[in-house]
Amino acid sequence: MFDPFYPFDWLATQIVTQLLGLSITSHLGSSLHFFLYDVPKVLTLLIVISFLVGTFQSFLEPERVRFLLQGKRTFVGNILAAMVGIVTPFCSCSAVPLFIGFLEAGVPLGVTFSYLMAAPMVNEVAVILLWGLFGLKVTLIYIGFGVSLAIASGYVIGRLKLEKWVEPFVWELQKARQVTSLEDADTLEPVTFTWRQRFEQGQFQSSEIVRSVWLYVVLGIAIGAGIHGYVPTDFITRYAGASNPLAVPIAVILGVPLYANIAGVLPITEALVNKGMSMGTVLAFTMAVTALSLPEMVILKKVLRTQLLAVFVGLMTVGIISIGYIFNALLT
Amino acid sequence: MQTIKIEILGTGCKKCQQLEINTKAAVANLNLTAEVAHITDPVEIAKRGVMSTPALAINGKVVSKGQVISPEQIQPLLQH
Repeated sequence: MFDPFYPFDWLATQIVTQLLGLSITSHLGSSLHFFLYDVPKVLTLLIVISFLVGTFQSFLEPERVRFLLQGKRTFVGNILAAMVGIVTPFCSCSAVPLFIGFLEAGVPLGVTFSYLMAAPMVNEVAVILLWGLFGLKVTLIYIGFGVSLAIASGYVIGRLKLEKWVEPFVWELQKARQVTSLEDADTLEPVTFTWRQRFEQGQFQSSEIVRSVWLYVVLGIAIGAGIHGYVPTDFITRYAGASNPLAVPIAVILGVPLYANIAGVLPITEALVNKGMSMGTVLAFTMAVTALSLPEMVILKKVLRTQLLAVFVGLMTVGIISIGYIFNALLT
Repeated sequence: MQTIKIEILGTGCKKCQQLEINTKAAVANLNLTAEVAHITDPVEIAKRGVMSTPALAINGKVVSKGQVISPEQIQPLLQH
């Protein structure tokens, strides 16, 4: 199969074998190759893709998404919300304005949740890293399972009719809006972007992401390289392989406080996978890092009662752990 | 001269801080007196009908949202 990363592989191999005169199978040689291959590859992907995402996100403003989802009651709404969640960039800092904005405009609670779950899970950094480190197939599976989970959980929340556990002021805002309508907010003339401006936003986004994660990426890959060259395989297989039933839940629990450090942690798991850690465990871990982030919970607490937050976290946790087990079972 | 009331709506992310810097630069370029407030409470932001941060409000009216605009883009908005 065509490997878009072949030039990186070739270059790393040349440096290790020709320049340094090391065997690619030696401990030091394989560690160095891992590092020299992964660092340029992942950083290149990060720069290019975050630039593209930043450039094109100006086509999908939240206001447009909200309009798409307005009044969609049923399962269809959940599917649509999760799909839109894939393509819209998401920052946990805008979770609350989005949440209120959606509900205000009459997007059903369950549909709003489908969006809130899919958007952070399928974010550009996680997708770029999965693609660069584990390949396209794993990435597509990750997106597929993530979106299904967002659809199902949002649907369940919708059916349970948990509107009572949303802070009452949100509904008061909604009522107030129905009287004064959204006219006021929408008098803002739709900004027409020139391509130049779109590219500027893309460049801003790209430099922002790279600046905030590059150090984690390099450190993570360095640790991964060490594991790759020096840690014996049977050691990893015993603790993180599919035969250890506790591996998935432990990975999920470990993932929760690691928010935003996915860039540093995934390269380590890549090395662990090469040594026998199972892929389902990695997928569950990645989802836990992205979807169950502590700062997002703290922010959402402003609009959700503890009970609803607990339902949200509970559904996601059970779902993610199940996905890990299903995937491990399918592969072995 | 009348004092302009400017609000930066943003939850404290880098982009929001950049917008604040740009806004202050625009104000200084035009020699205006303005009161610049940074609103970080997400509920307050939502109440203004804004869903994508950072946003800029001048005298209570939202004039830009979801992007960082440059001082040159802010200046004409201030002169209205």
